[in-house]
Amino acid sequence: MITTLPKDQDIYIIGVGMTTAGEHWDLSMKELALQAISAARAEASQASPEALFVANMLAPALSRQTQLGALLADFAGLRGIEAMSVEAAGASGGMALRQAYLALRSGAISSALVVGAEKVTERVSSEVEAAVMSAGDADYESIHGITQTSQAALLMRRYLYEHGLPGDALADFSVCAHANGANNPYAMFRKPISREIYLRAPMVSEPLNMYDAAPLADGAAAVFLMSADALPKTQIYPLVRITGSGAATDSIALHDRPDPLQFSAVALATQRALDQAGLDRNSIDFLELHDRFSIYAALSLEAAGWAEPGQGWRLAAAGAVRATDGLPLCTFGGSKARGDIGGATGVYQAAEATLQLQDRAGGAQVNEPQHALIQCLGGVAATAVTHVLSRPETS
Amino acid sequence: MEVSSHWRVRQQRYGLVGEVCPNCDHKIFPPRDICPECGQDARTHFHFSGRGKLYSFTTLYDAPTGHEEQAPYTVALVELEEGPLVTAQITDLGEDELEIGMPVEMVTRKLRSEGERGIIVYGYKFRPLLQAA
Repeated sequence: MITTLPKDQDIYIIGVGMTTAGEHWDLSMKELALQAISAARAEASQASPEALFVANMLAPALSRQTQLGALLADFAGLRGIEAMSVEAAGASGGMALRQAYLALRSGAISSALVVGAEKVTERVSSEVEAAVMSAGDADYESIHGITQTSQAALLMRRYLYEHGLPGDALADFSVCAHANGANNPYAMFRKPISREIYLRAPMVSEPLNMYDAAPLADGAAAVFLMSADALPKTQIYPLVRITGSGAATDSIALHDRPDPLQFSAVALATQRALDQAGLDRNSIDFLELHDRFSIYAALSLEAAGWAEPGQGWRLAAAGAVRATDGLPLCTFGGSKARGDIGGATGVYQAAEATLQLQDRAGGAQVNEPQHALIQCLGGVAATAVTHVLSRPETS
Repeated sequence: MEVSSHWRVRQQRYGLVGEVCPNCDHKIFPPRDICPECGQDARTHFHFSGRGKLYSFTTLYDAPTGHEEQAPYTVALVELEEGPLVTAQITDLGEDELEIGMPVEMVTRKLRSEGERGIIVYGYKFRPLLQAA
């Protein structure tokens, strides 16, 4: 029998859900995931997804738990459906979203849930640092006792050196993220900080201080995807369409790159997503970038083309990335203030951008956005996954 | 214990043995068998001199499991004089103030130990270049 695949279909986000980010001593990863899944399904008229894509990076190392697909499908009352986990370190969320998107685009299925879930507070920090660093090169990076935080410090020192910048050049990324986090009810930190507080912060790994690094937190987020032909007749909330999806890789080891200050995977993934959406950077109304460290925000803005090399910090210093300005960045606080939910980060970003595009972002709302660009990174940007989300009437 | 995984890279850990591309002469460390410059096979061994300069450095206080007893310690990206960058710890600091561009040389030190009954992993670190007195 010859079956014809349906022609390219539009893929929509019809429901989102998030838990608060933080230290959830009383909740397991299953329970966190269930909260997010239930919230997303409630927004999707309780539709049943054909497949579940789980984004996670740390459960095998920290919880000795694999096969998260079956685990979470069963716990969420979806026993029987197809389910799997997708791992690309901190980019797992974006990658799971992309795998679900590709599955829907293929026509093989017409609905899917993507859930990102992470439980990082079960273990002491040395174990968490080691687990996070397993996203690096075991033989040539991790064996030397280096961590992702210290790798970010290496990048930051080199960046300040090459461009002749003072130690506080990146301060405003942190100040801006915390200002935005104050408006996000799901954020781990909901208090703005001043530049003075940033300047007084203790060094974590010089020149990187406590406010240059995002805290790892427990949490879960979910988005419900559906193909155009499967959409229910009525929707509770405005539809948000995935108009662009791109992923790219770089060397996993920082030392294997011709210029460590160039996040080449970010450049590739951004261009692929924008090309697919048929948009240029000027059409993007806000960015959700993976600001695990403030230097990542600067290097991502530069690699993605929003600033020349060495100039990314100026966008923050000039206030251009504030929620009220030209290019709002990390409008829900980003990893810095919301909390970095490891492999779930990309799913949080998708949920947050959806709320923005539906005018449901409350105090975090930016002014009538039409297109959002979201991007998460695995390791030191060895994987980058970028999506463009749009209001359908404008795309 | 991961004896074989450390044994496999003994030439790299103890001797900074990498590769040179027979096609474009690009020097490669760590070895990767395919030249990142020209894409050709590159399996010819090359002994690096062990001299280089600091590309960037920082001090690490929150060590990962297996390295806690060494903390705090200094980690760096070292630019070898033959070209490649390498990730390593900086040791034998003494009174020296580190700065980017500072000359360093390879030494062999204990990288980590795997508990009382586990193996001790040795390998390269770098120290500020010793000047003739």
